[in-house]
Amino acid sequence: MFIAKAFSIPDKWKVFSRRTLQEVTKLGVDSIPLVIVISVFIGAVCTIQMKLNTSNPLMPAYSVGLATRDIVLLEFSNSILCLILAGKVGSNIASEIGTMRVTEQIDALEIMGVNSVNYLVLPKIVAFVGFMPVLSVFCIGTSILGGYLVTIFTDLISTARYTYGIQAFFNEWYVWYGLIKSLVFAYIIASVASFFGYYVKGGALQVGKASTNAVVSSSILILLFDVILTKVLLQ
Amino acid sequence: MIEVKNLTKSFDGKTILHDVSATFYTGKTNLIIGQSGSGKTVLMKSIVGLVTPEQGEILYDNRDFLKMNPRQVKELRKEIGMLFQGSALFDSETVLGNVMFPLTMFTSMTRGEILDRARFCLERVNLQGAEKKYPSEISGGMQKRVAIARAIALNPKYLFCDEPNSGLDPRTSILIDELLHDITHEYGITTIINTHDMNSVLGIGENIIFINKGHREWVGDKERIFTTTNEALNDFVFATRLFQKVKHYIISEGHKEK
Ligand SMILES: Nc1ncnc2c1ncn2[C@@H]1O[C@H](COP(=O)(O)OP(=O)(O)OP(=O)(O)O)[C@@H](O)[C@H]1O
Ligand SMILES: [Mg+2]
Repeated sequence: MFIAKAFSIPDKWKVFSRRTLQEVTKLGVDSIPLVIVISVFIGAVCTIQMKLNTSNPLMPAYSVGLATRDIVLLEFSNSILCLILAGKVGSNIASEIGTMRVTEQIDALEIMGVNSVNYLVLPKIVAFVGFMPVLSVFCIGTSILGGYLVTIFTDLISTARYTYGIQAFFNEWYVWYGLIKSLVFAYIIASVASFFGYYVKGGALQVGKASTNAVVSSSILILLFDVILTKVLLQ
Repeated sequence: MIEVKNLTKSFDGKTILHDVSATFYTGKTNLIIGQSGSGKTVLMKSIVGLVTPEQGEILYDNRDFLKMNPRQVKELRKEIGMLFQGSALFDSETVLGNVMFPLTMFTSMTRGEILDRARFCLERVNLQGAEKKYPSEISGGMQKRVAIARAIALNPKYLFCDEPNSGLDPRTSILIDELLHDITHEYGITTIINTHDMNSVLGIGENIIFINKGHREWVGDKERIFTTTNEALNDFVFATRLFQKVKHYIISEGHKEK
C-alpha cells in the first residue's frame, strides 16, 4: 500500500524534480565526507590486517593488494557502507518525515489534495538510490587510496607490489555484484526509514524511537539481503 | 453550506462522536465550541476526511463526501483550506514558499502570477515584511497568519480552522478572529472554527454548535448563548473567573437596584 502510493505518478514533474535534486544534495552529497573518512581508514586497516595475518612466506606479497581490493569490492563498498549510511541517512529520513507527521504537516499536505507519500517519499528513494553508485565509487576509490597510503608511510609492503595486487586477477563481475547490492540496500534504507517516519503517532519522543527502529530494521534487512543476494549472484 | 448528519466515530471501542448532526452556513463564521477533549478536532477531521467516521453523512453543498472516489476527493480538497491547531507550516520553506506551495502544486499559473497571488495573500494578513523568514524565525501569531494566507491562497470555498487562537494573547486573538470573519464575508466562504475561547464566541459567533462529550448539545448564536438554559453550556460559558465575577456582580447589582 505504502509503496504503491509512493510510486504513483507525481502531481507536478517540475516540483518532483526540484525535490529530488534537493534530496540528492541532502542525502547524497552531504554523505560524501563521511564516506571518504571511513573508507580511507578501513582501506588502510584492511591492508595492515592482511599483511599481519598472512605472514606466510609461500603467499606472494601482492596478495595483500588483491585481498584488500576484493574485500572492498565485495563487501565494504556496499554492505558495510550501507550499514553505516543506514545510521546517517536512515535516521535523517525517519526523523524528518516523523516530525512532519507529528506537527500535522503531512495532514496539511493531504488536505490540500497532495499525495503526501508520493510527494515526500519518492524523491528520497529516487535520489538516494540514484546517488548510491557515486557513493560506492567514492568508497572504492578512497579505500584503495587508504591502503596505498599505508604502503607509502610504512614498510609493511612495497608500493609496487600493492599496486600490482590491486590490478591482478580482476573479476569484472565483482563490480556489478557490488553495484547491484548497493542499489538494493539504498532502496531498503530510504523506504524503510520513510515508512517508519510516516506512521509515527505521538510526539518528539516517538519520532526519536521511530528513527532508532528505522535504523535497526533497515540494518537487519541489509544483512539478510546480503546473504540472499550473495547466494543468488555469486553462485 | 456543509451538512453533517448523524456522525458517529469511535477509537479503540470508545465512542468519541455520538450521532452528531450540524449545519454550517456559507458566508458565516460557524463555531464548534466545547471543552478540551470533547471531540471538536475529531469532528473537524471527520468532516475533511483525515478521520473516517463509522456512520453518518457529510454533504458539501449537497455533494456526498463519504461516497466520493479518491479522484473526486482530490478535486474537492482544492476547494478546502485548513488551519491546524499547531499551524503546520512547512519548516523547509520560507513564509513566501509556504503560501506559494498550493499555487505551485495545483495551478498552471506562471511564476510571476504565483508570486503576485502569494504576496497578495500575505498582505491580506498583514505580513508583507516577513516573506523571506522561515517558520521557526517568526512568532506563533505570525505563524497562524501565514497559515491563514496559505489556506486562502487557492480561494477556498470551505475554510477549516482548528483553534486558530490557541496560545495567543487576547489582543492577537481578536485580530485573528476579525481577520477570519472579514475573509469569510468578503469571499463568501463557509468557515468552520473550533474554539474554546469565549472571546471568539462573543466576537464572531454567528452560528455556534456546542459539543459536550461527543454529543451535540446546543445550536445558536452569540446573542442567545447567555440566556441558554442548557446546564452544560452554562457551565462552559461561565467557566472563567472573569465571567463568574461578572455574573456575580450583575446579580448583586440587580439586587441593589430593587
Ligand atoms: N487518533 C486517535 N486515536 C485515539 N483516540 C483519539 C484520537 N484522536 C482523538 N482521540 C480521542 O478523542 C477525544 C477527543 O479529542 P479531540 O482532539 O477531538 O478533543 P478536542 O475537543 O479537540 O480538544 P482540545 O480542545 O484539547 O483540542 C479525546 O479523548 C482523544 O483522546
Ligand atoms: Mg482540538
